[in-house]
Amino acid sequence: MFFSRNNKANLKLPAVLVQHLTRLFLSHRSDLFKQTNDHLFFSETVVPFLSRPALPALLLPSGLHLFSSNAICQYLFEVNGQESSELCYQWLEWEATDLQSVKSWFDRVAAMHSCQSAAQKVLQGKGLQGMKSYMQRQPAPRSSHCRDTQPCNSNPCEEGERAVSEEEMEAAVLTWSKDLNAGPLAADRQHPILPQEGKRNILVTSALPYVNNVPHLGNIIGCVLSADVFSRYGRLRGWNLLFVCGTDEYGTATENKAREEGLTPQQICDKYHAVHSSIYKWFQIDFDFFGRTTTEKQTEIAQNIFWRLHEHGFLVEDTVEQLRCENCQRFLADRFVEGTCPHCSYPEARGDQCDKCGRLINAVELREPQCKVCRQTPVIRSSKHLFLDLPKLENQLEQWLEKSTSTGDWTVNAKQITRSWLRDGLKPRCITRDLQWGTPVPHPDFKEKVFYVWFDAPIGYLSITANYTDKWEKWWKNPQQVELYNFMAKDNVPFHSVVFPCSLLGAQDNYTLVSHLVATEYLNYEDTKFSKSRGVGVFGDMAKDTGIPSDVWRFYLLYVRPEGQDSAFSWADMALKNNSELLNNLGNFINRAGMFVTKFFEGCVPAMELQQEDKKLLAVVGWELQQYIQLMDKVKIRDALKHILNISRHGNQYIQVNEPWKKIKGGDTERQRAGTVTGVSVNIACLLSVMLFPYMPSVSHTIRDQLNAPQSCINTMLQGSGSFVCTLRAGHRIGTVSPLFQKLEVDQIEALKKRFGGQQVFDPAAVLSFYLWQGDKVRALKAQKAEKAVITAEVAKLLDLKKQLAAAEGKSPEPAPQKSKKK
Amino acid sequence: MALRELSSLEKYLGLKKPNKYSTQGDKKVPVLQNNNGPPLVGLVTIACHLVKEAKRPELLGDSTESRAVVQQWLEYRVTNLNGCTKDDMKTVLKDLNIYLQDKAYLAKNQFTLADILMYYGIQPLIVDLAIQEKEQYVNVTRWFDHIQHYPGVRRHLSPVVVLRNRIYTSRHH
Repeated sequence: MFFSRNNKANLKLPAVLVQHLTRLFLSHRSDLFKQTNDHLFFSETVVPFLSRPALPALLLPSGLHLFSSNAICQYLFEVNGQESSELCYQWLEWEATDLQSVKSWFDRVAAMHSCQSAAQKVLQGKGLQGMKSYMQRQPAPRSSHCRDTQPCNSNPCEEGERAVSEEEMEAAVLTWSKDLNAGPLAADRQHPILPQEGKRNILVTSALPYVNNVPHLGNIIGCVLSADVFSRYGRLRGWNLLFVCGTDEYGTATENKAREEGLTPQQICDKYHAVHSSIYKWFQIDFDFFGRTTTEKQTEIAQNIFWRLHEHGFLVEDTVEQLRCENCQRFLADRFVEGTCPHCSYPEARGDQCDKCGRLINAVELREPQCKVCRQTPVIRSSKHLFLDLPKLENQLEQWLEKSTSTGDWTVNAKQITRSWLRDGLKPRCITRDLQWGTPVPHPDFKEKVFYVWFDAPIGYLSITANYTDKWEKWWKNPQQVELYNFMAKDNVPFHSVVFPCSLLGAQDNYTLVSHLVATEYLNYEDTKFSKSRGVGVFGDMAKDTGIPSDVWRFYLLYVRPEGQDSAFSWADMALKNNSELLNNLGNFINRAGMFVTKFFEGCVPAMELQQEDKKLLAVVGWELQQYIQLMDKVKIRDALKHILNISRHGNQYIQVNEPWKKIKGGDTERQRAGTVTGVSVNIACLLSVMLFPYMPSVSHTIRDQLNAPQSCINTMLQGSGSFVCTLRAGHRIGTVSPLFQKLEVDQIEALKKRFGGQQVFDPAAVLSFYLWQGDKVRALKAQKAEKAVITAEVAKLLDLKKQLAAAEGKSPEPAPQKSKKK
Repeated sequence: MALRELSSLEKYLGLKKPNKYSTQGDKKVPVLQNNNGPPLVGLVTIACHLVKEAKRPELLGDSTESRAVVQQWLEYRVTNLNGCTKDDMKTVLKDLNIYLQDKAYLAKNQFTLADILMYYGIQPLIVDLAIQEKEQYVNVTRWFDHIQHYPGVRRHLSPVVVLRNRIYTSRHH
């Protein structure tokens, strides 16, 4: 060897070399490879541009393929935050060039007659299958690094062998033998849901979507879907839970849209409220009530809060300078003014908040403002307005915040954003506007004005509840008994943690304030942002048209839920997760368990005699269940999901190792073993269906139907710290079993990606080279007098390239969308 | 051959002091003696080292994905292009032609070391292609022409003439 010994570098290498040697051996059998170790790779995908199939292959989120196992390892290492040294790369180069020649040696030897006859004796004509069960019984290489391409934010899931104690096993067996809870089913709900003595009363809200905008996947995961998962979970836990939301309908945008479409604002709201409603219905968002802000209750409650603030001296009057577009003859609402941010110089800042630096601004502060509608420069006009005196409320606010943030489950970003707001210093916020479509200000001096949206909209939570039940004050004026969870994306945090609580504190009416503020980061689309105008990304009802079921969408969005940092939706990744986690892991396990009962035990759960190995499995599964509950209680939705997938992985391994399909053909002891393994597996499947319910409600229901599971299993298993009970006892007859998931094919995904992709962007030099070639091609075709249709098509491509060139040269290249972590 | 490539690469990167290389084995793998530590062995290893020395890390890719893709093609260069047979050559050109259909560079949108070393490696193949074959592998030819004209890259290699006016129409493919 000509390398010097460097212990640090060598530690990383054996894993790579071992993997490589294993792969050399198994490379002939892709199905073996799939089951042995990694569910991460498309084992059957042939890289589209390679003539000779290369395995393994990795389809990257960007759509590019990796067909070199060294490059794949490097990618996975780097994604996991591990640096590789130069010496490491040197080994990899040697491995690729020199070690590979081992393969040709292997092939030569394998072709020799003496080797073949020896192999025949060992494998007994079964070929490599003969080695399969032996290989699978070897301990799994500790590859917990490579498992996940998206790192968990909190406790990383331990997937290696976890030591299980005797006590844990005995405890698990004890729990297993318990009876199911009787009592009212979690599924039945009596409306109106009101707080009850002795129960944990939880009020869940999701940020009210603006009625005029069609929600995209990012909006959905940030707000309603996250709240829905938590709410469904909470009901299973036996909490007394109410989940409300609705559309936020007042404001100029609606007024303008009404004008455009020749309808009244009310009619516009009716129309678009229905659009939102149906989208959320398709995503199976189980609101207890989905209302709207344009109701009498809203006017009543908002005006009440207003008067109380006024009485208690928390409102200040002032003259405000506002931007008025003389051309459009109206005062411009914040979202209708665009200019340069006075703080960070971002040229597309809107009139109330700068998208880039996030600071709140007043429209008049914008440099070079323009009316968004007609592009004229607006003029400044004075007008009297009312302000909420935030500085006067600051002490009260801080006292309450201190308590709430320290005792409640606020997300880290919510606390940080709130803190930085307070640090910047609170200023009086204007709560009125010169508009028409809004809640009227009842004060005689301010007739003709309406409440500003950020004063008015959060009050929507209260009025929507009031439209659900007369006894809304039992939720909203009851901080002793009620815990309030607010779900939102991070840009809404200041309004929910500062402005709104100040309104409620100032009104002094014992209002319920937020106990747990749950905010997500941003979901990007592929490597860019969602944009309706550029046709980039999947919006609301488009998901339905893809043919991919609602539960699969839910699963993937929750899998990539942007918790500690921004994340991205990726078609390739969604297909990968569907095929590997849903189909090959979850679906595979549940289906096999059910099929064995059907095929080998005439559709009835067999008797189970628990041996050491089974007790250990019960303990391990029980532990995963406990982790799931601990995480979900703290709204760690993404992390909890991983434990579900862990359980089904354990289940798959359990079945693989015990081979019930073989043992069923053996003698009495062996058949008994097959029965136990089948019975335990099908009970695990039942547990999985309950744990899956918050994430994939339809799939959960289907599993329970297929297993003919008693409804009371839903009540039992998520109580306390989690009880893995034997719900399907010996003799229980199951229903008809069928596959739960479909594979997502590569070409299906490619087509979808194109459809929602908007435009590709190359750098100028590249576009130029494409353009010049295309120009020559067109010239050549014309000179040869080719068919008109062909020439026209090529000319169209040329013109398109010309446009791209102009765009590429005009703009600076798109920066890589890796957002730095916000402090 | 590899030594000349490394020397050209040094010049492209603007490295002032040329390194002294030796070779090893019958495959004549290049070796760089390093004053700071063990010697570096291998064309790709040394090339990456030079890039880092010249403080041009973007040439190795600017994201986790593109870095893996760059390493992949560098590996491809030393495994598939060094001493390949005529049949292998056809496969390489065919595969690359499909791959480069919608890409300006090997790492898709970004010029990297992969383009440089693949260009060095593939030049002997392209030089021998007839005009008709160059037009058959039109995407490879386009990419190749683009890279050979990239400022500072060509150095030790003679330019390959690539006719911009096609003689053969697409019907002949």
